[in-house]
Amino acid sequence: MDEALIATVLASTLRVATPLLLCALAGLLSERAGVIDIGLEGKMLFAAFAAASAGAVGGSTLLALAAAGAVAVALSWVHGLACVSHRGDQVVSGVAINLIAAGLTVVLGIAWFGEGGQTPPVGPEVRLAALWPGAGAAFGPLLGEGLLGHNALVYLALALVPAVWWLLFRTRFGLRLRAVGEKARMVDAAGVSVRGLRYAALTLNGLLCALAGSYLVLAQNASFVPHMTAGRGFMALAAMIFGKWHPVGAFWACLLFGFLDAVAIRLQGVRLPGIGELPVPLIQALPYLLTVLLLAGFIGRSLAPAELGKPYVKER
Amino acid sequence: MNQGLPRWAGLWLLPLLNLAIALAAAGVVVAIVGQDPLQVLSVLLHGAFGSARGFSYTLYYATTFIFTGLAVAVAFHGGLFNIGGEGQATLGGLGTGLVALWGAAHLPAWLLLPLMACGGALFGMAWAALPGWLQAWRGSHVVITTIMFNFLASTLLVWLLVDHLKPAGSMAPESAPFGSAAQLPGMRQLLGWAGIDWPASPLNLSLLLALAAALGVYLLLWRHRAGYRIRAVGSSPAAATYAGIDPKRQVLWAMAISGALAGLVGMNEIAGVQHKLLLEFVSGAGFTGIAVALMGRNHPAGIVLASLLFGALYQGGAEVAFEVPGFSRDMVVVLQGFIVLFSGAMAYVAAPGLSRLLRPGAAHG
Repeated sequence: MDEALIATVLASTLRVATPLLLCALAGLLSERAGVIDIGLEGKMLFAAFAAASAGAVGGSTLLALAAAGAVAVALSWVHGLACVSHRGDQVVSGVAINLIAAGLTVVLGIAWFGEGGQTPPVGPEVRLAALWPGAGAAFGPLLGEGLLGHNALVYLALALVPAVWWLLFRTRFGLRLRAVGEKARMVDAAGVSVRGLRYAALTLNGLLCALAGSYLVLAQNASFVPHMTAGRGFMALAAMIFGKWHPVGAFWACLLFGFLDAVAIRLQGVRLPGIGELPVPLIQALPYLLTVLLLAGFIGRSLAPAELGKPYVKER
Repeated sequence: MNQGLPRWAGLWLLPLLNLAIALAAAGVVVAIVGQDPLQVLSVLLHGAFGSARGFSYTLYYATTFIFTGLAVAVAFHGGLFNIGGEGQATLGGLGTGLVALWGAAHLPAWLLLPLMACGGALFGMAWAALPGWLQAWRGSHVVITTIMFNFLASTLLVWLLVDHLKPAGSMAPESAPFGSAAQLPGMRQLLGWAGIDWPASPLNLSLLLALAAALGVYLLLWRHRAGYRIRAVGSSPAAATYAGIDPKRQVLWAMAISGALAGLVGMNEIAGVQHKLLLEFVSGAGFTGIAVALMGRNHPAGIVLASLLFGALYQGGAEVAFEVPGFSRDMVVVLQGFIVLFSGAMAYVAAPGLSRLLRPGAAHG
């Protein structure tokens, strides 16, 4: 392996891991507060559509981000209305959000832009450019292109890992948020609103999903394509579980999943001594396989928040 | 959970009200994208029921939804949420297809076709029983594992088709076409034997299999001890344990039966229509099954009716997309989402208001 190859693998690992990481942190905030979030995929998809539409029509990055944020937070609140306010089934509500997002983005896309559900391409002035364009020339391939050649959202996602950790484990809000996922009755008895905390967690969750969706159209693709999230939301869910509902764990899981994706394409047709040709689909399936094995207790133990999925009924 | 509603209102009025809300929400979306909801509805109904051909397509779509809807319902009665119908149906198609590819040269149709159904059911069963076993004995949640198994199923199918089953020299990720013994007779062919002229459509013998499966699920769940045990564990694992029922085994059974039902989708799509193994033949039917089961109140009769409705939506939606410019068939997916939201997640939101309306003055209880 030469330096250039390592640099490209590192760069594509980070590129793939970024939306996963944003989405996994979003899921983590909600699930730590006791609300299951199967709807990550749908929220990311709808946010991507909103960002692409607003970015292409309005021509402004801020507008694109704001539109994505508004849409994803609104979907999070629908989830909250169904599950937190009315104690509906959290998994069913998540499935509903995924279906609505998958259908509505295509319906609106065809009605508004008439290109089979695609949005017009987002202009280069709206898209996110590399933060330090000269880094590759100045620092060489590994440091300059692999590590420093990315756009702002990549570094924001990386910075959000310690930020979410600090929020959850070093602030009063974070303590309460975790408590509401472990034992909601205690939080209620202490006079803190269970409903308020869960809505706050869902709001932050929506904002992070919005960033993940925006990344797909502002940094990866040129425009929105129907079903473009292609299971990333579920992979983020897997990463969150694989990271044992902890921000640092989720970070490593996202990097691992990103790395597997980055090497899977390069290992196509490569023969290993003794094994023969590696089946690429096996590498692509590894994140799901590892998560199942972890959940089944075959590699370490993954413990979900104690009251995950349980609606809280306030005593009268 | 009926929140003070009279029994008839809880059984009929509330579900119908929720369905009406979902339809109204979809109507609003149709209006927002600049179309006339009533015109769309009339084209849709005409496309779904207006001709023998259209109705035939409606029934064809409904067949797949009966299988996936029943799959969700059986798991639900066992207290489990099986969102893995998609993967189990994929594996079912694989099982059906493998039996067909292997047996078409050796076996006669009357023996091969039942074997293909068994192959599909067994593969689907295995793909659901494994998450069931993991939940019961290893403590991993069935919702998460079935999601993961959906992705594993699709990568498995891609790998098998691309690396093993694709005929040499072919580019498309598809198996070789099945021999004629492995092709399930279509309805046109069947009725033709009886002297009735029926238009060509993908509708095939699987419809009868689906109706038989619905009857079988009814008999199992409400007329047989095995089904009673599943329902007992579904409503209260603790009470079931005191009654001498082992909840773990019931979880495994509920998931296995659920997966077998989803696996039969392969008979309709692979044996009945495509006559070869290919990718993406499930295309979301596993998730439609969730909406179907919720709408059908997890009862086989309700599921058959709900499948008919969704079949009509799919067929009618295709006609609308053809006739009304700018209308997308994905509107049906949106409606599915609204039905899952309003009839599922928010099913009881309207209950307090409704009970106040029905029994003025006696609403506090």
